[in-house]
Amino acid sequence: MKLITAVVKPHRLDEIKEALQAFGIQGLTVTEASGYGRQRGHTEVYRGAEYTVDLVPKIRIEVLVEDEDAEQLIEVVVKAARTGKIGDGKVWSVPVETAVRVRTGERGPDAL
Amino acid sequence: MPPGITTLAADAPTLSAANTGFMLICSALVMLMTPALAFFYGGMVRVKSTLNMLMMSFISLGIVTILWVLYGFSIAFGTDSGSVVGWSSDYVGLSGIGLTELWPGYTIPVYVFAVFQLMFAIITPALISGALADRVKFTAWALFIALWVTVVYFPVAHWVWGTGGWLFEMGVIDFAGGTAVHINAGAAALGVILVIGKRVGFKKDPMRPHSLPLVMLGAGLLWFGWFGFNAGSWLGNDDGVGAVMFVNTQVATAAAMLAWLAYEKIRHGAFTTLGAASGAVAGLVAITPAGGSCSPLGAIAIGAVAGLLCAMAVGLKYKFGYDDSLDVIGVHLVGGIAGSLLVGLFATGGVQSEAKGLFYGGGLEQLGKQATGVFAVLAYSLVVSALLAFAIDKVMGMRVSEDDEVRGIDQVEHAETAYDFSGAGGGAGSRKTLTEPLPAAPNKKVDA
Repeated sequence: MKLITAVVKPHRLDEIKEALQAFGIQGLTVTEASGYGRQRGHTEVYRGAEYTVDLVPKIRIEVLVEDEDAEQLIEVVVKAARTGKIGDGKVWSVPVETAVRVRTGERGPDAL
Repeated sequence: MPPGITTLAADAPTLSAANTGFMLICSALVMLMTPALAFFYGGMVRVKSTLNMLMMSFISLGIVTILWVLYGFSIAFGTDSGSVVGWSSDYVGLSGIGLTELWPGYTIPVYVFAVFQLMFAIITPALISGALADRVKFTAWALFIALWVTVVYFPVAHWVWGTGGWLFEMGVIDFAGGTAVHINAGAAALGVILVIGKRVGFKKDPMRPHSLPLVMLGAGLLWFGWFGFNAGSWLGNDDGVGAVMFVNTQVATAAAMLAWLAYEKIRHGAFTTLGAASGAVAGLVAITPAGGSCSPLGAIAIGAVAGLLCAMAVGLKYKFGYDDSLDVIGVHLVGGIAGSLLVGLFATGGVQSEAKGLFYGGGLEQLGKQATGVFAVLAYSLVVSALLAFAIDKVMGMRVSEDDEVRGIDQVEHAETAYDFSGAGGGAGSRKTLTEPLPAAPNKKVDA
């Protein structure tokens, strides 16, 4: 199994959700996050005092998938998240040892 | 405040129901300015100090009201003694004043004059609090207010507005409080922060306003209340001066807001909300002393100059390294000085007084008088306020501990926080010390 994590622009959430559903993914976890990449943040001015706001709002999406689906799923997420502008985010995957469905105790691919 | 009028018994004023009603409404409007100020300041601090900022203004409504009734009105407006303070035993506790007894020379009862002036006495110390955000013990602040109004505000109000007061007799024009209120509060703020020092993290940590909508709400309500502050200061409107003041208040404020916005667009690249609110307040401050003696065009000029000067002045704290948290000095002291001095240029004569400014053929005489008023009040308030803060600091400590300041003064001093951002694990807190028992579990009806 793989855990696909995507840190992307908040307003792309709906597109990504729809793309995941179309791909056949049953569930996902969404977290509000903040951070920056190479673009850094923006500047705000209060009575002439400038504040650099480094951390910009992002969302973090996590999905568990079977190994053979991982590459294709990453492509789906990247396509749905992309706006072509700076700050679109990142998607990565990591191997997962095990997963358990809490209600039934099912393990591995059955738990997805 | 209008000059004292000596009248013959034959044409002595009689009580005017219209003026009395007008002045009661104006008094209520000025009262609103203090909670408005609380919101103006409250929005500008960080989340963790919101309530303390609101309370520092609000407590003034409690403390100053009581002191004013006990002895403040007597010191400020009682019979003059040596041109420095007043005292009339009838005013102590407001106990010897008849229901229909008129304020000498006017058509309103003494009681009405006393409550109108009370509202000025309340907001002035509240203005100081903006410079002290996040770091002053609430008890120390309460004590400071009580002492400050007693030895600074009440006497200075007498100097400026009381019959026999030395600045009043000299002919210094302070229509509604440029010196007595704004310079007084701004200089006091400077005096206190020189003693107590900077906030933890000043110039290092971001200290962005937590709610600009609150700031705008406060500024809007201040603008509204200021009509009572200014238009009411003629104590009636039999001759239209109150109406002139109303117009001048509106146009100067508009001009100052536009000037501040223009300055920051050029200087910083954006028209900011905080700039609009601050510009409006700067205009209100500047027109306060001047609005009774200038024309509407003069008021536009005064507002625009004040808006520009104050916008430039608020950056000085970073340059000089003093932490005037919410720019009481940059807005109230600088705006008050600008308005008070500009009287010496823009006074047209024939409105509030016959005195003419430099631009209307009056020479430099009035400007000289205005400068005397400005520097006398500035110096007195600065020195005495610093001494008071120093004394309180020695006796009980003026500041909360560094840990408490970092944690947030709301929790420490008020056992509350302004907003409930409940997160995972119940950020709302769990109920521990309740005075009432927890509700009993509802009786469950079990179907047989």
